[in-house]
Amino acid sequence: MKLTRKTTAVVSVATLALTLSACAQSDRGTSADKSSAGGSDTKDTITFGAAGAPELFDPFYATDGETFRVTRQMMEGLVGIKPGTAEIQPELATSWEASADGKEWTFKLRDGVKFWDGTPFNAEAVCYNMERMFDQNEVAQGGPAGYWADVMGAFKSDAKDALYQGCSAKDDMTAVIKISRPTSKFPTALSLDSFSMQSPKALKAGDANNVTKQGEGFGYPAYSKNPVATGPYKLEKYDEANKTVTLVRNEDYWGEKAKTKKLVFKIIPDESTRRQELEAGSIDGYDLPNPADWKGLKDSGNNVLVRPAFNILYMGLNPAKNPKLKDLKVRQALYYALNRDQLVKTQLPEGATVATQFMPDTVSGYNKSLKPYAYDPEKAKALLKEAGAEGMTLQFAYPSEVSRPYMPNPQKIYEALRSDLEKVGIKVTPVTKPWNGGYLDTVDNGGFDAWLLGWTGDYDSADNFIGTFFANLKENDFHTSATSYGAQLSKDLEAADAIVDEGQRNAAYEKVNQQIMEEDLPGLAISHSPPALVVSKKVQGLVPSPLTAETFSSVTVSK
Amino acid sequence: MLRFILRRLLQMVGVVFVLSLLVFLWLRSLPGGTVSAILGEKATPARRAALEKALGLDQPLYVQYWEFLKRAVKGQFGSSTGVLPGVDAMQLFLQRFPATVELSAFAIIVAIALGIPLGYMAARRRASWFDNTSVVGSLIGVAVPVFFLAFMLKYFFAIKLHWLPVSGRQDPSLDATRVTGFFVLDGLLTREWDSAWDAVKHLILPALALATIPFAVIFRITRASVLEVLDEDYVRTAESKGLTSRVIRGRHVLRNALLPVVTTIGLQTGGLLVGAVLTERVFSWGGLGEAVAIGFERRDYAVLQVCILMAAITFVVINLLVDIAYAVIDPRVRTR
Repeated sequence: MKLTRKTTAVVSVATLALTLSACAQSDRGTSADKSSAGGSDTKDTITFGAAGAPELFDPFYATDGETFRVTRQMMEGLVGIKPGTAEIQPELATSWEASADGKEWTFKLRDGVKFWDGTPFNAEAVCYNMERMFDQNEVAQGGPAGYWADVMGAFKSDAKDALYQGCSAKDDMTAVIKISRPTSKFPTALSLDSFSMQSPKALKAGDANNVTKQGEGFGYPAYSKNPVATGPYKLEKYDEANKTVTLVRNEDYWGEKAKTKKLVFKIIPDESTRRQELEAGSIDGYDLPNPADWKGLKDSGNNVLVRPAFNILYMGLNPAKNPKLKDLKVRQALYYALNRDQLVKTQLPEGATVATQFMPDTVSGYNKSLKPYAYDPEKAKALLKEAGAEGMTLQFAYPSEVSRPYMPNPQKIYEALRSDLEKVGIKVTPVTKPWNGGYLDTVDNGGFDAWLLGWTGDYDSADNFIGTFFANLKENDFHTSATSYGAQLSKDLEAADAIVDEGQRNAAYEKVNQQIMEEDLPGLAISHSPPALVVSKKVQGLVPSPLTAETFSSVTVSK
Repeated sequence: MLRFILRRLLQMVGVVFVLSLLVFLWLRSLPGGTVSAILGEKATPARRAALEKALGLDQPLYVQYWEFLKRAVKGQFGSSTGVLPGVDAMQLFLQRFPATVELSAFAIIVAIALGIPLGYMAARRRASWFDNTSVVGSLIGVAVPVFFLAFMLKYFFAIKLHWLPVSGRQDPSLDATRVTGFFVLDGLLTREWDSAWDAVKHLILPALALATIPFAVIFRITRASVLEVLDEDYVRTAESKGLTSRVIRGRHVLRNALLPVVTTIGLQTGGLLVGAVLTERVFSWGGLGEAVAIGFERRDYAVLQVCILMAAITFVVINLLVDIAYAVIDPRVRTR
């Protein structure tokens, strides 16, 4: 009896296995392409370690760097970025010009470009894309279409409030985009990955605009998994279970074709695991190595590619919470108290610099003549005395459980600044909260006297830095509405943004920068830190970008 | 027996309902939130409000919970916002479940295959050098933090010796066919032997790291339990009856000694889900543990809700299976 039962069990398991294996067919292609690169001395695959999963493959609905890193290899916009800089250059548009009032932009388009599905790239396609981005449903407007909301202000449902006013095809290869007012954002903002040009035919077929609310999250249409664009790489496969994204060369690319056939992004959320993968040789490079590891990585023969800094770390001050901060002398005293040279040397990565204003020197409108507030504790004490604020208390906060490119190690940076402040007699009340565990919320609600935060720019525009910080009088983290200068500063920023002539505009921004640093001082600009990438010594041709907009089509990996 | 199982299953429904409410409230009482996670530095009060409205997080809690329940009974748990944004949370769970089960199964098999024989041997050779070394060894196994052990394992076997891969589940260049989501099984089913072997190689280090604690616990319980049984009268009786040592070992000692061990294995299997959070993260293993870790950082409500509820159900089911196993091993339980 017992034996029979056992036998039955064995037989049925075996049958089941056989049945399963009968239905399971290997759908793997023949290994022909594996051996194809045999003759050459470069590998046919680049494998790069990414820190997170891409959200989706329609960059219009993305706001995070991990998604853009992937879509940037596949998609192009009217305006591109010159490798290694923040400057714009022609991409799918070969040239552009603005009307005298700066409200009408005419783009000459590149001839002979086709989307991967064969749809021709022309003015009609450009306008289809623009209108598609403009016409978003309520759900998409609330979150996913974030970059459009940032740059254009509003969508079709509130058309009169939007910067974008329409697109028309002057002829087959000339597109005209109208905007409501002149602004420094144009045409630079069109270089954002979110505004990449995608195939109208595929957008229509994949119901690309159909973003829905699914519980407490968003649901994206079929198109977002199956994008069609113009770039040097195409999406081959996103293996969610094995956490890898595989791109393959677009053999019909209009420009210089990608040098390496396949590009694989392996998603490895843990930083030390990324490093070990590189050491084991199973990835060719990864993003954002911890600055503490730079030296070790170099010593073991890797190349640490340091990007020009495109960010700012600042100490925010809230005069509405601590009235002592309303006095310019107090704010200046805090600034003079900080030994930032020391901070940059000891706590920040190689290549970091002391900030003289609220934007890095890679941004147009940067004022070269400004000098940093020097370390001068005696002056700080004197200023505090003059202001009657000797021994003032200051609640000063930093975030835990986070590392940002401008702030690799918040706690250490904080400790250095805090001890500087205490040296001039300020009583610091330390506060810390997890980054996404109350810190960001409290900053937005004005709950700290002073805090550490920063910003990484999206594109080369002063408006993207100081405009974001101070232009919106009602809502900004610096609470400039509670100050005497806030309203004027906001007006000055708006006026500078609206200047059509680039030279005059940059001059105006330089003046505003000087005014911010010398007369207003809404917060203390601390430093700029360069983020880095690391690649093995076999990797050639990867150009680090201040916008973290590296492209891999020029990259080769030797065997 | 059937009635017993039915009753337990009904209890489970109640447990899951209460737990869903607790998880729902707990997640929303955490500082920070989905909106901060998505917006980061770009958060302004206006952007926050717009996103909260779009996600329905501006509604009163009881409305949100009611909506959640209405969707949940239809099997709709909403989309992920942080782990794999836009992917249905239940689909994400089902996709990652095989990864965690594959890893946990390997780990628990390693733990049992080493723990029980070693524990038995240690007990039989009480106070010998073998016994002493393995007791100390198991202590170390419990005490060493998983991330450190993982780091050392990777350092020696992957970076220095190049025997095994550092992380992940499979070499993407193999372009393996997916059938069940269990990569080893898939490789066997599709006869892609290289894929299966590659998946096994990827499993070894994380399984070892994950197995240490259950191994140590199983070893110690087996040893203690065998020692206790060896002192029992019926063992002496059996010996004096002149039964062969094979029969004594198999029928009298092991069978009786294994009862507490089986309970322990059940509990440890449940506990593996906890250990998996850390192990999966350092081995970049695309399983539930990693999903929960990232989901927590980014306050991915949908994913956390589904994962915690499903983990609870799994836990209850495993305990039920243990009770059934008990009934099989020990006839006294059946009559109760």
